[in-house]
Amino acid sequence: MKNMKLRISQSQGLLIAITVFVLMFTLYITNHPAGLTVPVATTAANKAVLLALVAMAQTLPVLTGGLDLSVGMIFILTNCLASTIVSGDPLQTAFGIVVVLLVGALAGFVNGAIVVYGRLQPIITTLATGAVYYGIALLIRPVPGGEVQEDLADFMTYTVFDVIPTSLLLLLAVVLIIWLPFRNSVVGRGCYAVGSAEGAAYMSGVSIDRSKLAAYTLSGLLAGVAGLMLTFVTFSGEASASIGGTYTLNSIAAVVIGGTSLYGGAGGAIGSIFGAFILRTIDDLLFVFDLPPLWQPLFQGVVLLSAVSLGAARVFRIKNRLELFN
Amino acid sequence: MQKFLKSIDKPVAIAFGFIIVLLLAGSLYSSNFLSANYLLQQLQVAAFLGLVASGVMLVILLGHIDLSIPWLVTVGGMMSTAAAGWWGPEWAIPFGVFCGLIFGVINGLGVAILRVPSMIFTLGINAVAQGVMVLHTGGFAPQDHATDLMHWLAVERVVLGIPNAVFIWALLGIVIVVMLKRTPLGRYIYAIGNQEGATYLSGVNTKLVIITCFAISGMCSALAGVLLAGYSNKGYQAMGDPYLLPAIAAVVLGGTHILGGRGSYLGTIAGVILISLLQSILSVMQMPEAGRQIIYGCVIVGMLLVYGRGQKVLG
Repeated sequence: MKNMKLRISQSQGLLIAITVFVLMFTLYITNHPAGLTVPVATTAANKAVLLALVAMAQTLPVLTGGLDLSVGMIFILTNCLASTIVSGDPLQTAFGIVVVLLVGALAGFVNGAIVVYGRLQPIITTLATGAVYYGIALLIRPVPGGEVQEDLADFMTYTVFDVIPTSLLLLLAVVLIIWLPFRNSVVGRGCYAVGSAEGAAYMSGVSIDRSKLAAYTLSGLLAGVAGLMLTFVTFSGEASASIGGTYTLNSIAAVVIGGTSLYGGAGGAIGSIFGAFILRTIDDLLFVFDLPPLWQPLFQGVVLLSAVSLGAARVFRIKNRLELFN
Repeated sequence: MQKFLKSIDKPVAIAFGFIIVLLLAGSLYSSNFLSANYLLQQLQVAAFLGLVASGVMLVILLGHIDLSIPWLVTVGGMMSTAAAGWWGPEWAIPFGVFCGLIFGVINGLGVAILRVPSMIFTLGINAVAQGVMVLHTGGFAPQDHATDLMHWLAVERVVLGIPNAVFIWALLGIVIVVMLKRTPLGRYIYAIGNQEGATYLSGVNTKLVIITCFAISGMCSALAGVLLAGYSNKGYQAMGDPYLLPAIAAVVLGGTHILGGRGSYLGTIAGVILISLLQSILSVMQMPEAGRQIIYGCVIVGMLLVYGRGQKVLG
């Protein structure tokens, strides 16, 4: 019982995020002219899964106490790459997918190697590598276009058994195959340890370098999955700095809304998924409530600001003011 | 003199050295790179980035970061031109900077009082500022033409052919250097960047210091926006987008520690000139955008690997 209480208090952020999402999505569906039909759910899922994957990618470096400002650019880079090589017969397509995912992981590994061996700050490192990845994306695809294996793209963006959106299954698979095993592994637990107290983790024999490298590499891989998915959704590739930037910034917001601490050591990728879902549902709500388009950006901004300020409730409960500075 | 030389630390010296290397390398390509006219032109462009970077530097010294730069620059540009239309040209510059101040103070309140991580709070303010600007342009087509004074400040060269914008940057720079070196506020900024808790226990009103720095950062961004609007004769949406990352990169390349507590304004000047020069040389060489981005990123990582490395964690 005590264990249960502890678990609940530890995943408070996640539980709040899930509740908020369920409430918002219910509000959305009840006000949608068509109600909860398969096409409505599939469209919502396809949009949300893209951000959810990028937010998962952002979560890993954040857990170690770092940050990855290049996730959006890796997302764009893999999108451009996928639009050139994921096509043709099944064998070629499969090969293309593997290459895309490897490139994503490699980009993440480079970030990790610079942070770990170069001992540069993650913010500035990923700021710079983000520019490099964007440059490479532009080299691959100077103008928007390209193609992708259409049957696969259709399959990935529609439904399985005409009920469940395939993209949601992909997200579930990523959680089951990548995130949960990683979180429960020694290296994954090392990420949490490094994030909450790097010095203490070092003294306890945690391999800091290996944990950080794994976090950044996996982050790149997840961004690669997202880039692949974007290609399936848009059927093309585009090296757009603004899309990359928007996804990077939204991913940070999703991570925070999902209950992961930006100081590292607490939270998880599941929360980030719901954080991303919440952000996407805000946009959808604006649509169904028919808010004048001119007011939409302001409304989104205010909602985002209020959502991230919710964490401030802590400040008013604190009794010892020195705790503020931790 | 000797004291002055000692006060220049390694990152600043390397950054200035790299500027000279860039100029020499550029002059091999075309002798125009060493002409006074080209250099003055670079300084003029660098001045806008310099204004933004000045505010960013204060915030970074505190150990925070300001991601609301892009739309605060835009707020400065668009509100100044709009104010000129509403109340007359004399209101343009004060009102533009005032709007930046308001957003900056809100940033500061969120970070200092609500204790929301600055990275995410300023991101939210950026979104709100964008929303306000979209609303502002949408409804009633406000004036977007810069006033004569704004244009004069940003473009004209009155003294010795040196652009007026450079003088504004220099003036702001002197104010910030005096503030950092000669006033208690400056000491508090460095102290908070090193140990906020200890500074608080020493009796410093840390909240006020944080709010002040974010307010100054907002004003600097808005002022840069005002001048940019004067430079292009027009205030328009997203005009501040190209300034966030270069400003942070310039501050960090100038030797300011990204986690706060260490850094000098001289370094920021070096960083700003370095970034502007690098961008300019790459575009003069007609390097395609892709190559420009790659070189830009590699230079930042390469230079930081030379002098910006952190300590190894040892318990």
